[in-house]
Amino acid sequence: MKYLYALLLVLIACGGVSAKEAAQLADDPVVEQRLIAISEEMRCLVCQNESLAGSRADLALDLRRELRGLIKQGKTDDEIKEFMVSRYGDFVLYRPPVKPTTWVLWAGPFGLMVVGVVALFVYLRRRNSEIDTAGLTDEESQRVEALLKEGEK
Amino acid sequence: MKAKFLIPLALFGILVVFLAVGLRLDPHEVPSPLINKPAPAFKVTQLEQPELQFSPEDLKGKVWLFNVWASWCVACRQEHPVLMEFARLQVAPLVGLDYKDQRKDAFGVLRRSGNPYDIIAFDGDGRVGIDYGVYGVPESYVIDKAGVIRYKHIGPITTEALQKTIIPLINELKKS
Repeated sequence: MKYLYALLLVLIACGGVSAKEAAQLADDPVVEQRLIAISEEMRCLVCQNESLAGSRADLALDLRRELRGLIKQGKTDDEIKEFMVSRYGDFVLYRPPVKPTTWVLWAGPFGLMVVGVVALFVYLRRRNSEIDTAGLTDEESQRVEALLKEGEK
Repeated sequence: MKAKFLIPLALFGILVVFLAVGLRLDPHEVPSPLINKPAPAFKVTQLEQPELQFSPEDLKGKVWLFNVWASWCVACRQEHPVLMEFARLQVAPLVGLDYKDQRKDAFGVLRRSGNPYDIIAFDGDGRVGIDYGVYGVPESYVIDKAGVIRYKHIGPITTEALQKTIIPLINELKKS
């Protein structure tokens, strides 16, 4: 048991070491942290389901290099965003900006929700009033009696 | 009231239309924000004569086709014969940008299959490519006399795209 425990510890230690080697760290951890924060909000154009921070595509490596340079030059986040958008369009941003062409995108779900709530409300109101007014005709109550008697047999 | 059963059918129809349109869209064709903007300036060495430089300024006053390619790019091989045809037609200068490549590899390709380009700019570290928003080689740009990007073609140029879109556009731009 002791040996097993020791083996486990060794394995965990090894795992930790290899994980450290795999991470690409730049000389300046502050720059790297900002780079990750910015590039996680951007889409990699080659592997479109990956963020720029997570992608291993060649272009992503190059773009991270460029962004690192811009950060070191002291550019603001907005300037860096502009650098990317002016080259690749709004498509690189995971959060599209609010502007006339994206109004439907931003407001659409809320609009649909309002329509749904109104429709639900109207439907419930109508159903309620139907319950209040709808009684059984004589013919119907006779059928009900007949069916109930049949059930008793 | 009888038509009520048609509602799900109609909704299904709308869904089918959306899916059918969605299937035809290529998510890899990202519209470029550079259309109708001045072509980004750069100055790099030429591939074949490293002592000479190339800048888009050199072609001011001319309509030209700017084609981004590389020796490692498989789709470029498919595009190559179309570019050879374009060069043969002498419609406009064809400038290549050898993107993230090794000079000797690029020479190998040109020797094996021919060189359609009038000038080839060499972009070893991919910086020019980034300025032009290149994300998948090959990509091509039509640049007008004033140095403005008028059209971008993503992926290999097909004979059809060349005949129906690119050459007519170049001829149109040459008139203005």
